[in-house]
Amino acid sequence: MYNRITDADIAALRGIVGESAVLTGVEINEDYSHDELGGISRMPEALIRAHSTEEISAVMKLAYAREIPVTVRGSGTGLVGAAVPVEGGILLETTGMNKILELDRDNLTVTVQPGVLLMELAAFAEENDFLYPPDPGEKSATIGGNISTNAGGMRAVKYGVTRDYVRALTVVMPDGEIMELGAKVAKNSSGYSLKDLIIGSEGTLAIITQATLKLVPLPKISVSLLVPFPDMTSAIEAVPQIIRSKVTPTAIEYMSRDTILFSENYLGKKFPDTKSDAYILMTFDGNTDEQVEADMKTAADLCLSIGAPDAYIVDTEERKKSVWSARGAFLEAIKASTTEMDECDVVVPGSHVDAFIKFTHELAKEFGVRIPSFGHAGDGNLHVYICRDNLDDDAWKMTLDACFDRMYKKAEELGGLVSGEHGIGYAKKEYLKRQYGEYPIALMQGIKQVFDKKNILNPGKICF
Amino acid sequence: MNILVCIKQVPGSSNVEVDPVTGVLKRDGASSKMNPYDLYALELALSLCEKWGGEVTTVTMGPPQAKAVILESVCMGASGGTVLSDRKFAGADVLATAYTLSQGIRQLPPFDLIICGKQTTDGDTAQVGAELAEYLGISNISGVLSVDDVRDGKLLVTASLDNNIVEESVKMPCLLSADADINTPRLPSYRIRQSVSEEMVRVISFADFSDQDEKHYGLSGSATQVERIFPPEKNTEKHSITGSAAEQAEGIFSLIRERKLI
Repeated sequence: MYNRITDADIAALRGIVGESAVLTGVEINEDYSHDELGGISRMPEALIRAHSTEEISAVMKLAYAREIPVTVRGSGTGLVGAAVPVEGGILLETTGMNKILELDRDNLTVTVQPGVLLMELAAFAEENDFLYPPDPGEKSATIGGNISTNAGGMRAVKYGVTRDYVRALTVVMPDGEIMELGAKVAKNSSGYSLKDLIIGSEGTLAIITQATLKLVPLPKISVSLLVPFPDMTSAIEAVPQIIRSKVTPTAIEYMSRDTILFSENYLGKKFPDTKSDAYILMTFDGNTDEQVEADMKTAADLCLSIGAPDAYIVDTEERKKSVWSARGAFLEAIKASTTEMDECDVVVPGSHVDAFIKFTHELAKEFGVRIPSFGHAGDGNLHVYICRDNLDDDAWKMTLDACFDRMYKKAEELGGLVSGEHGIGYAKKEYLKRQYGEYPIALMQGIKQVFDKKNILNPGKICF
Repeated sequence: MNILVCIKQVPGSSNVEVDPVTGVLKRDGASSKMNPYDLYALELALSLCEKWGGEVTTVTMGPPQAKAVILESVCMGASGGTVLSDRKFAGADVLATAYTLSQGIRQLPPFDLIICGKQTTDGDTAQVGAELAEYLGISNISGVLSVDDVRDGKLLVTASLDNNIVEESVKMPCLLSADADINTPRLPSYRIRQSVSEEMVRVISFADFSDQDEKHYGLSGSATQVERIFPPEKNTEKHSITGSAAEQAEGIFSLIRERKLI
């Protein structure tokens, strides 16, 4: 059991971070009790707005001595309840630590504080002729949050995920110790990679207070292709063939006409084409027109040969905006189309994407619910939404449990895993346990125990 | 309905360099694209033809490489187009551009309607459409939001004035300047692109025009001269609103009201 925060604790915390950086009771906005996932919420006893590694270290020393649970929160855009302080205690907000500290042109790295937003980092990199490739849909998420979930995003097909771009981390351990993990090096065989344990640990092992990230030179040319297909089956079946053709798109996204129409309603903006039932959206980048054109041509010819009526060229800033702004709004648009929804973020091998999507269509028919989906067809990470619409409480809970159960089983059967990029947090713990079994979960619990003997850092998440 | 859409090739990026000595846009080596405002005009034309029947063609004034935007318009659904190209047209201001376009258009098959974009992203003057209508002696409506009906040789048009929305009936042939953001322009088709070639673009030069007075074209036909072009200063001013939630809301409200955004 944890200790509750006392008046003396509050006074001590105010001594560390300043009077106005500690909020309690009604001063704390209700938003801090949850993230973007519905159904799980708890107010923290104290909200602390941290501004430096040293402050966080001092806060953790106090929390460790007093055995007060601490949950770290960035923008609160998570989808699995990972930033919900389920045991109360301190909620430590890092959005005030939002400075870009260094651009190292010799080592191609950028060093940032954890509260820098993904969109800020992306813009900064581009202004300096670099690309920070990880590109999750939620651009207002913090980099600290992206690292904590090992966020992926749309460019993963070609460029990989957040983990591939983290060179070094400064972290504060649960007992307040400050550690530097990793370095500005391209290779590293120096023992267990503690840095890599922190990545994707959802704030359960240590608090990220600084990150050095790898950048790549900004590709000079980028062109997308929006390919219509007569139905979702033929669209999805095209994906493995595109991959086999050895062109390397940065992204292959699939979307249904329904989802596009939701997004049109949500944004009040028309999509360039809604005549077909399903679409594949691909992007090609490179440094010469010839190279990008050749890749695009191979993919377009392939799509036409397997039944796409056309392929639309998305080649200018405004055309990209008209297509990608809709893509970026899909999650919010589906949310706005129903009363409540929950999401399955499974990842399956790329070769089984079509099988999984077809399965969700069958499931929707069987249970009589809407299960719209969109996502990263190219890397097998699917975002599948179960919509509540008019179901009453009991029917909703029963349908949701049954559908989730079936989908995770199907993903496992196809060689997939529980989460591609959203994480496990609070909401997906049972599915992780079910898939992994006792031994791996015990290993995870052991790792947690070594990092956090008193289990005060984001308790009740991932493997507990 | 035969619709002619006026289009222009502009720099492909909004970060265009200006030569510090001559003050001229550095176009060499830079990528180019169709003026984004013209895309709305082209989409309006194509959707009118889908609804009421007819054909869309495009016209542009520019160097020979401006053929690319004509071909792009074909990929979007136009049936063909013309480039007005001659060294004598170089350095034209809005007046000389509108005059050159009017001379070129007189060499083309008759049209029922001309649609222009609101303005260009490189010149930003928003005058060519109206001046072209004047030279051709036809009616002109700017700020067009939609064409609501086509009947008895007339168009029923909704257009935006600064503070009002007006509905106007206009007799064809006429010229409309499409407002920005009135539609989502369709994307170029890869399938059509496979079958287009430069031979599909007609090129007309000074020698083809009926007015052979060189003083009416290009720099010498321009009523205005550009003294200096310079990039605007970048404004990085930030305004922080602090206080309680209610005070911050009040602050934001006052600010957007002051800037006339609401």
